[in-house]
Amino acid sequence: MASVFEITGKKTLSYAEYLGSLNIQLWATLRAMPVALPLVGNRHRWRAAIYQMLDIGVTALPMVALLAMCSGFILAMQGAAELRRFGALHYVIDLVAVGFSRELGPLITAIAVSGRSGSAFAAEIGTMRVTEEIDALKVMAFEPVEFLLAPKYLAALVAVPCLTVISNVFGILAGGVFMFFSTHLSLPLYFHYVLTSIELRDIVMGMIKSLAFATIIVQVGCLEGFRVRGGSDAVGRSATTAVVRSTFLVIVADAIFTAIFYSIGKM
Amino acid sequence: MSIISVRDLVVEYDGRRVLDGVNLDIEQGEIMVLLGGSGSGKSTLLRQILGLERPKSGSIFVQGTDMTRCSQAELNRTRRSLGVAFQSGALFNSLTIKENVALNLREHTALAPSIIDLMVWMKLAVVGLADFGELHPRELSGGMKKRAAVARALALDPELLVLDEPSAGLDPIVAGELDELILFLKGALQITGLVVTHELPSAFRIADRIAMLFKGKLLEVGTKEEIQASQHPAVRNFLNRTADNPVHAPAVAAYLERYVQNQGAKS
Repeated sequence: MASVFEITGKKTLSYAEYLGSLNIQLWATLRAMPVALPLVGNRHRWRAAIYQMLDIGVTALPMVALLAMCSGFILAMQGAAELRRFGALHYVIDLVAVGFSRELGPLITAIAVSGRSGSAFAAEIGTMRVTEEIDALKVMAFEPVEFLLAPKYLAALVAVPCLTVISNVFGILAGGVFMFFSTHLSLPLYFHYVLTSIELRDIVMGMIKSLAFATIIVQVGCLEGFRVRGGSDAVGRSATTAVVRSTFLVIVADAIFTAIFYSIGKM
Repeated sequence: MSIISVRDLVVEYDGRRVLDGVNLDIEQGEIMVLLGGSGSGKSTLLRQILGLERPKSGSIFVQGTDMTRCSQAELNRTRRSLGVAFQSGALFNSLTIKENVALNLREHTALAPSIIDLMVWMKLAVVGLADFGELHPRELSGGMKKRAAVARALALDPELLVLDEPSAGLDPIVAGELDELILFLKGALQITGLVVTHELPSAFRIADRIAMLFKGKLLEVGTKEEIQASQHPAVRNFLNRTADNPVHAPAVAAYLERYVQNQGAKS
């Protein structure tokens, strides 16, 4: 019995320690953020941030768009199969529009970015640890958080919401294509219905979620990188752990945010 | 006045004592070689001197700043007067050799780009890599990487050059070239050097004084002649390349005999 308590205690402590380090790192990043801003900050960090934006955002565009379209089709078809029985096929429009802007757009984007960029951050920083590049940065009087993390975080805070908007557009477009083929509803009319069914609040909620997801992905990815000890196998493991943990935390955060928005909406 | 003075330094990892009461002074203009086998604690001592880790007790003064207790800002100020070349080179893989050397100048000085270009060229010329500035670290051989790391360490004209295992993993000729480079830098720039190594020929070629580290303790500090004349058994073992715990031949023979008997019994 004692060993069960012992294991539970150890696990709890290690998770608490992990969440603590995440928060410390987030705080350090926020304090270093002004350095990465344009005009007021260091222009080398700003340039690094732009490269990161291209890497996180632009190169992920085709993948996110395709993922969003597939999910849009899936949502529309699954919804239509049930709603048709009640003669309520037009509710598919609401389902897709609200579903994407509040929920699926941010979530799909976060999962794509965590798979592409979260693992890349962990591998990059992990490799730099193994090859003593992090130590070299420190003895050259650079702060690793300022040099590596701040540009990445700034880039993600810009790129992930942008990707989320694009994911929303493509997901909703896929719903429109489905409606066109199943009920011959024209696309302009479809978008008119979409605009009447979603409110600004839905979009804002989605954006807040996507900012939170961006934070989780960057901080978890970089923390996994900084925690690498040992050799190249540890780098590989850190990339895997980064994706697993950030996806997990993204979904947990999504549940929490949705619960909060739901209770606010009821009032 | 000594540039570095280490006082009663004690370092422990998980209760295991790695450095035990080390006292060491490095004087202006000399090359101090830190000699010791694997696991003697020489890399740990180096990391302590650079302020990368904090000790259990004791203090380290680098140019009057206590690296074990000072603030981050003081640490960074002191680090700017140090040039460090790590064992693996630790060049930034995403940058070219030129950019690696220029990084410090670009970020820590207000020099015009044309001046920086000129200075980078000079530093690369000193180490004999003037024609290789446009290459990336992965395109260089092991010896060239180490020389590039020395060029980067020299970027801000440091008063103290720290080299971690400069000749490890290099063939004797390239290692010899690196020794000559260190002696040349000492002669031309009046630089103080701290060189960590386990290679005897290299140590006796470049050192003004040698500090012999064994199992976390400083056994002897003295000139080449004093070290060579030392009667300390561990120093003699190291100099004569006598194994500390030789392979226990009877135990191996007994094991082999048992193994053969077991194999015989099986068949």
